[in-house]
Amino acid sequence: MACAEWSEKLDGYVDGELTPAEEREFNEHLRSCAGCAAETLGRVREKQMVRAAASGRFVADAAFRGRVQKSVARWPSIWGRVWVPVLVSLGVLIVAASLLFMISRRRASEQALLSELVDVHVATIASANPVDVVSSDRHTVKPWFAGKIPFTFNLPELQGSAFTLVGGRVSYLRQSPGAELIFRVRQHEISVFIFQEKDLAGGGDVRSLHSAKSFNARSWNRGGLVYFAISDVNGADLDALKALMNSAG
Amino acid sequence: MPLFDRLYNFACWLTQDRSEAEDLVQETYAKALRGFASFEPGTNFRAWIYRILRNSFLTSRSGLKAKAAVELEEETLPAAKDTPESILLQRSDWELVQRALEQLPVAHREVLLLCDAEEMSYQEIAATMSIPMGTVMSRLARARRALRNAVQKMEQRPPDAGSRS
Repeated sequence: MACAEWSEKLDGYVDGELTPAEEREFNEHLRSCAGCAAETLGRVREKQMVRAAASGRFVADAAFRGRVQKSVARWPSIWGRVWVPVLVSLGVLIVAASLLFMISRRRASEQALLSELVDVHVATIASANPVDVVSSDRHTVKPWFAGKIPFTFNLPELQGSAFTLVGGRVSYLRQSPGAELIFRVRQHEISVFIFQEKDLAGGGDVRSLHSAKSFNARSWNRGGLVYFAISDVNGADLDALKALMNSAG
Repeated sequence: MPLFDRLYNFACWLTQDRSEAEDLVQETYAKALRGFASFEPGTNFRAWIYRILRNSFLTSRSGLKAKAAVELEEETLPAAKDTPESILLQRSDWELVQRALEQLPVAHREVLLLCDAEEMSYQEIAATMSIPMGTVMSRLARARRALRNAVQKMEQRPPDAGSRS
């Protein structure tokens, strides 16, 4: 006879449903209780007996198996249910990762472009001869570039604005020639670079170009040309100059 | 076909009739196929498909009959102390157990099959039968007691068929 307190755990023990702690306790008890040990052994063999008696007792004949097989030919693989979502999420991950990579690469290339322009701007201002053509008159600067760069551009009328045109020089970006115009506002210099869009292919859309360290930057596209304005003045001044440039011609 | 042999065996044990079992298995696969969208990946596939088979059985005519018989039977089952604590296996063999299983009401037979033959965990059985774990445990204890009773009775009064040696 099994002890009353343990007999209710017998089923759980035999079916492997006790917690590890309960099972340990049970095993310990079995070692010291012959009644429970005998009963447990009986239960284990009983379970084995039921399994032997019941499992695989009835076997379907081939004809029936074939009939069912045919009717479930469309059976969707359980693996499909599992793998399709996995593959889809993997795909989404890869796309997201490559997008992120492209964005960060573009960001890096924009950043590289910006620091290149800032360097040129600083070098220009630091130079003893910042400009190759000196003028406060747009009508002398524009013709000076003719023949030196492969495109033309229009300069705004600055009369009545806070900006003055100091002059201009030929600049290079990515081995392509362009114009660098130096404007002045309240004793601050602003470089406006003008290049052809086609020369900067790969430099990409630089509209997100904003600032680097103590410099502000603006860039915009107009009539096949890319404009970059770089300066240590505040963004509002750059926006005002951008508006002026866009009003020209 | 996943679990075909086991489902067929289980269906035969439930219905105790080959052609009924065939219908049941066929119906189960058809339903599973149609309702595959309702199967949530990550949940227990085996419990899901056994549940389909079992529910199909319970709504069939012989299933409804068996269910009615069980409810009556569970109330009149003798108390634990009158029953032997385990089958005396030295004197029993698996054919005797087989016949005893056949005589059990279907609710007892199925829980024994799921637990001992299919080796499902209590949790899987609960999911298959759509009953709480506690009910699984009490029903299993009752089913085992009933099986022991049946074996004991048959040993006292061996069938004249003499299928045992």
